[in-house]
Parts: sequence; structure tokens; C-alpha cells
Amino acid sequence: MPNEAVSTLTTARSSSKRPAGTLYRGNTGMWSWVLHRITGVAIYFFLLVHVLDTAMIRVSPGAYDAVMSTYKNPIMGLGETALVIAIMFHAFNGLRIILIDFWSKGAKYQRLLFWIVIAVWVIGTLGFAPIHLHNVFTEPH
Amino acid sequence: MSTIIESPRQPQQRASKGRVNWEKYGWIYMRASGVLLIILIFGHLFVNLVQGDGIKAIDFAFVAGKYATPFWQIWDVVMLWLAMIHGSNGMRTIVNDYASNPTVRRILLGALFVAAVVLIVLGTLVVFTFDPCSTLIPADQALSFCPVP
Ligand code: HEM
Ligand code: HEM
Repeated sequence: MPNEAVSTLTTARSSSKRPAGTLYRGNTGMWSWVLHRITGVAIYFFLLVHVLDTAMIRVSPGAYDAVMSTYKNPIMGLGETALVIAIMFHAFNGLRIILIDFWSKGAKYQRLLFWIVIAVWVIGTLGFAPIHLHNVFTEPH
Repeated sequence: MSTIIESPRQPQQRASKGRVNWEKYGWIYMRASGVLLIILIFGHLFVNLVQGDGIKAIDFAFVAGKYATPFWQIWDVVMLWLAMIHGSNGMRTIVNDYASNPTVRRILLGALFVAAVVLIVLGTLVVFTFDPCSTLIPADQALSFCPVP
């Protein structure tokens, strides 16, 4: 039954005349999916490069320290900050996906879970970014 | 004419008896590896970026110190395998979603597979064959605790 199929997908009941949307299209579900995909791709390409730069330890101390010194410049420092922020979103949103799939109440609370992900993500970013930026922009003691 | 869209929870028709449902195991793998990767990657980032002087403290000696213990060797190799396979399988989903030309799709999937195999083998060898006092290291770059040849 087409109508039944639609109703299983509808997540929010409201008196609004606007279409209620579905779990995905145009709602938090869609934006979390877009961000999950973009961050996943970004981490993947970082990992390709990262295995190669770590492989320099097998070449010589000089070769490894040379690549690592590029990671210590301020522009890369901003990139690392963005990378870690991306990983935090992907990780927390990944947990939300897992909860929706395996926790019996996951689908019911998916929207609340989304906002919890955003909150934990913001807290994580506020915890991490100042420490890392401090390390990047000051000389080590 | 109207098309009936199946309920998303409609169980998939069995392809044929006795066949392994690889997509199902891929789906489970993405979730199982994800949970483990949270611990492994956050631990990795904490030790390398947050503790002490963070990024500024990372150099050859730092890595030599970590790889002197099997703990970090195994940590890194497990993280390498789980993340490479998780990332490559996720990229496979994305390629299947967007690459509509079958030839382009086959090339991209082949590239993902080759990259995964090469980097997993390389990364595993790097960790387990690493020798901080290798005789191949030029004397002027050797660490202080290494025996002088
Ligand atoms: C900017 C952030 C990062 C820095 C500074 C960093 C630094 C390092 C360093 C110094 C090593 C050498 C060994 C060790 O310390 O354990 C290493 C190895 C490794 N890192 Fe990272 N890492 C970062 C982010 C990541 C992320 C996000 C991942 C996962 C997606 C990751 C996965 C790995 C793996 C798998 C290895 C082992 C490589 C091999 O087997 O050859 N790292 N990283
Ligand atoms: C930190 C822990 C991580 C968690 C909890 C996590 C979780 C997940 C989950 C649950 C999915 C969805 C799979 C599906 O829909 O079937 C996924 C997809 C994906 N992940 Fe991760 N992941 C993590 C780390 C990583 C890393 C390190 C990479 C890259 C090397 C990565 C790359 C991807 C990609 C490319 C996708 C596919 C996205 C899509 O289909 O839209 N993830 N992840």
C-alpha cells in the first residue's frame, strides 16, 4: 500500500499545512547524511596521505622529520583543526546512525539524537580547537 | 499509471539459496568498525595532538618511542586495517551512487581496491619492520641511544 509506506517514513506530526517531510528529504536527516558523506570522503583522502607520510619513518629520521615539519606550519595547523572537527562529526553522527539501526527507540528519537550529536560536536570542538591552535601558534616550551 | 513503492522495511527477496549476502556483512562491518574506530582514533588524536606539546612534539624519536612497545604497534595496525577497509567500503558506496557510466565505475572501484591493498600492506610492514637503530640510517641522524657502529 503506497500510503502505508509513506506513513512509516513520516517522523513528525504537526498541524502545519506544509508537507511533514520524511526521515531524509529536506530535514535534519538529510543534512546529517550530506555532512556524514563529505566528512567520510575527507577523512579517507587524509588517511591515504597519512599512511604515506608515516611510512617515512622507514626511510630515515631526516625524511620523517621533514614531512612532519610541514604538519607544524600554521596553515596545516588550521587544516588539522578542520580535520579533527570533521572526524568528530563523522564519529558522533556515526554513533547516531548505529543507534537508529540497533536501538529499538532509535528511530523515534532520531531528531533529538541529531541535536545531541550537534551539541557534543560543538563541545568537542570547543575542547579541542583551543589546545591545538595554542600548540600550533606558540613555540613549545 | 502508478508505481507502488515498497515499504523500506520490506525484507529483500532472497537472491538464491546458499549465497553469501556480502552487502549485509558490509553493512554490519561499517557499524562494528565504526564503534572500534571511535576508541582507536580518539585515543590516537589524544596522544598525538592533545597531550604535551601536541603536534610540535611529533618527530622520528616520538614515533620510535611509541613503536618500542607492542601496544602502540598493535593499536596502529588495527586502526590502519579497520579505517582503510571502512573508508574504502564507504567510498565504494559513494562511487556506486554517483558513477553512472559502467566503465568509469569499474575503474574507480578498481582504484579504491588497489589503494586499500597497497596502503594496508605498506602500513603493516612499516610498523612491524621499523627499527629505530637500523644500520641504514645515516650516522648523523641516528638517535642517541643507538649503539655506535
Ligand atoms: C592531524 C592529526 C594526526 C596526526 C598529527 C597523526 C600523527 C600520527 C603519527 C605521529 C603516527 C606515527 C605512529 C604513532 O604516533 O602512532 C601516526 C600513525 C597512524 N595514524 Fe595518525 N595522526 C593524525 C590523524 C589520524 C587519523 C584521523 C587517522 C585515522 C583515520 C590516523 C590513522 C593513523 C594510522 C592508521 C597510523 C599507522 C600508520 C601505519 O601503519 O603505517 N591518524 N599518526
Ligand atoms: C571515528 C569512527 C567512525 C564511525 C563511528 C563511523 C561510522 C560510520 C557509519 C555508521 C557509516 C554509515 C554506513 C552505512 O550507511 O551503511 C559510515 C560511512 C562512511 N564512513 Fe565512517 N565512521 C568512522 C570513521 C571513518 C573513517 C576513519 C573514515 C575514512 C577513512 C570513514 C569514512 C566513511 C565513508 C567514506 C562512509 C560512506 C558515507 C556514505 O555512504 O555516505 N569513516 N561511517
